[in-house]
Amino acid sequence: MIPKGKAGAKLKIQVLAGGISHERDISLKSGRRVADALTEFGATVIIREPDHNLLANIAKDNPDVIWPVLHGASGEDGALRDILSLTGVPYVGATPAAARLAWDKAIAKILINKGGIQTPPSITLPKETFRELDAESVLHAVAQAFSMPVVVKPARGGSAQGVSIVTKVEDLNRAMIDAYVYCDVVIIEKMIEGTELAVGVIDLGAGPIALPAVEVVPRTGHFAFEERYTAGETDYFVPARLDAKTSEAARKVAISSHEILGLRHLSRIDMIVDQQGVVWFLEANVLPGLTETSLLPMAITASGNSLGQVYYNLAEAAERG
Amino acid sequence: MSNEQQQGNNLDSWLDAYAARAETLSVSEVRALFSVVSRPEVVSLAGGMPYVSALPQELLAKAYHDMMAKKGNLAIQYGGGQGDLVLRDQIRELMSLEGIQSSVEDLVITTGSQHGLDLLSGLFLDKHDVVLAEGPSYVGALGIFRHYEADVEHVFTDHDGMSPEALEESIAKVKAEGRKIKFLYLVPNFANPSGVTLSAERRPRILEICKREHILIIEDNPYGLLYFNQPVPDALRAVEADGVVYLGSFSKILAPGFRVGYVLAPPAIRDKMVLAQESALLCPSSFTQMMISEYLANADWKGQIDTFRGVYHERKDAALAAMHEYLPDLHTTRPDGGFYLWITLPEGVDSKAMLPLAVKELVAYTPGTAFYGDGTGHNKLRLCYSYPTPENIKIGIKRLANVINLQTELLETFKGR
Repeated sequence: MIPKGKAGAKLKIQVLAGGISHERDISLKSGRRVADALTEFGATVIIREPDHNLLANIAKDNPDVIWPVLHGASGEDGALRDILSLTGVPYVGATPAAARLAWDKAIAKILINKGGIQTPPSITLPKETFRELDAESVLHAVAQAFSMPVVVKPARGGSAQGVSIVTKVEDLNRAMIDAYVYCDVVIIEKMIEGTELAVGVIDLGAGPIALPAVEVVPRTGHFAFEERYTAGETDYFVPARLDAKTSEAARKVAISSHEILGLRHLSRIDMIVDQQGVVWFLEANVLPGLTETSLLPMAITASGNSLGQVYYNLAEAAERG
Repeated sequence: MSNEQQQGNNLDSWLDAYAARAETLSVSEVRALFSVVSRPEVVSLAGGMPYVSALPQELLAKAYHDMMAKKGNLAIQYGGGQGDLVLRDQIRELMSLEGIQSSVEDLVITTGSQHGLDLLSGLFLDKHDVVLAEGPSYVGALGIFRHYEADVEHVFTDHDGMSPEALEESIAKVKAEGRKIKFLYLVPNFANPSGVTLSAERRPRILEICKREHILIIEDNPYGLLYFNQPVPDALRAVEADGVVYLGSFSKILAPGFRVGYVLAPPAIRDKMVLAQESALLCPSSFTQMMISEYLANADWKGQIDTFRGVYHERKDAALAAMHEYLPDLHTTRPDGGFYLWITLPEGVDSKAMLPLAVKELVAYTPGTAFYGDGTGHNKLRLCYSYPTPENIKIGIKRLANVINLQTELLETFKGR
């Protein structure tokens, strides 16, 4: 249970949104939603871009807490968090080290697997690999090792940008190109068919709590960019239509993943439940989307809490250190 | 899994209530990527933005103060559905620069010429009607045609503009298919995106074909006065009054923030446009119309257009020089006015697929597919040189060359061609 905050709160919070990543647009939308919710709850909120005035603005605004709502590189890869650490101003979300581990999907998968959680078999291929090796033979070997369909995705990035589901071997080349334009490292992952879930995790200092699982049913069958950000394109079930045993397994995977990766305050763990009820970890989100169509706000609301309260509680948790 | 039936939430309670044409409106990944162009680190060669910094703001400030002093109460009041009479008279003078003789009675002022095109499309287009257009054609027009569920038939266009022979072929093809052509849409001068101008030799032929086939022409001319060396041939509307609807705009010769455009139409069409405009928004903004009217009456607006010409000429030269230096093997159009270069990429390079890489390298352009209604244009892209400084144009094209090289390497690696 998330403890109730009190309205009329007084923290001065600087929300960082925008940035220069491929997910800038989503970050701006998320940031405005977070700022609105915090303001409504009573906080004093200033929205800023993480640009060349970042440090000057932090000095000028003198916030009690920084709430980075930055998706994609710099926001989630730990770099900006390192800089925020230098300022001494507490901030919401993962430490730089944890962000680096979770942001890189390939590294996160290794750690999660070592922690005893299933994650789909995969191969990680930096672009440089193909300077030495012939692409055709490598992809032929991949196709033999993983029967189709497979998921091809950038190792770093979000919002399903550059992600393809490949059902025919001959489409692998195109999918690799589409992923490499986003990131120089690409993961080819065996696709697990089943129920797609997103489980939000909130940790206010007393240990991580899993929010109700959100089941995602895109109308096209593929939870791609448009399905994520166009209302009406996806059906969401909160809580997910799971039996008690599977629901508990999903909760445990979410909490364990959050802990294994050393995440802090909040995260969203994406997973899939196969036909046998096995829960597979897909990826962890250091700073999940917080737009009006995003999954974490949906889960917070379903948990009976207000967004403003939870976002404010997270700021308080950051301030406590 | 539980078999319990449960209602999902699609986040849109009104999904079953939308009109069918709302299906044409959706978010896109490419559109989201364009969000980064507002960052100063990114050289944007994407949006067709005029360089409004070349317009002295004191001219507008003076126009504002004078206008408010003279007729402030009228400026903040509702106006007529056809637009301000004084401004319409001034527009007649403006249009005469391109050979057009007209009556104020036949002019309708709109909220940008984009709104004029929307009103016309609403008057003429039913689902699956055919619009003939240049290939490539203006993305904003294609969006309107799509919204009205019309089908666009692109007509082959080369360095002299739309080919009359190809136009005849397209008309014959569409008629043979039993489809109905509603109008021909074209941007005859320094077209968006190609930058090409319909030659003087082809203009009467296009007019003759359309007259013979009873096809209305919509002539969209936002760039005609922004020539670099010599004026463009007379407008189609200068020759043919009944078969041509002419769209003009202050967005490129003054500033787009005013949102003032105009339509010169045959009387019957004009009547319907005024009624449609009154129905949609009662009247165009009196305030911005009167501001522009004051500016036209008392400022050296022709001199200002000369200033814009000089700025864009210099930037076009910078863009072509950078293309020559960094991308000498690529074909580009060489416009004599307007805002755009139209680039042909190496075969197999898809400009839309390459855009995320460009954004990563801090340069933005508009993918070629945006300018076709039929899904083609993959190996084309539009560069807009009007807004960045010549120095930034050079930096942007240098970055673009790097992006194209990276993408070409990737394609070669994966035999993606």
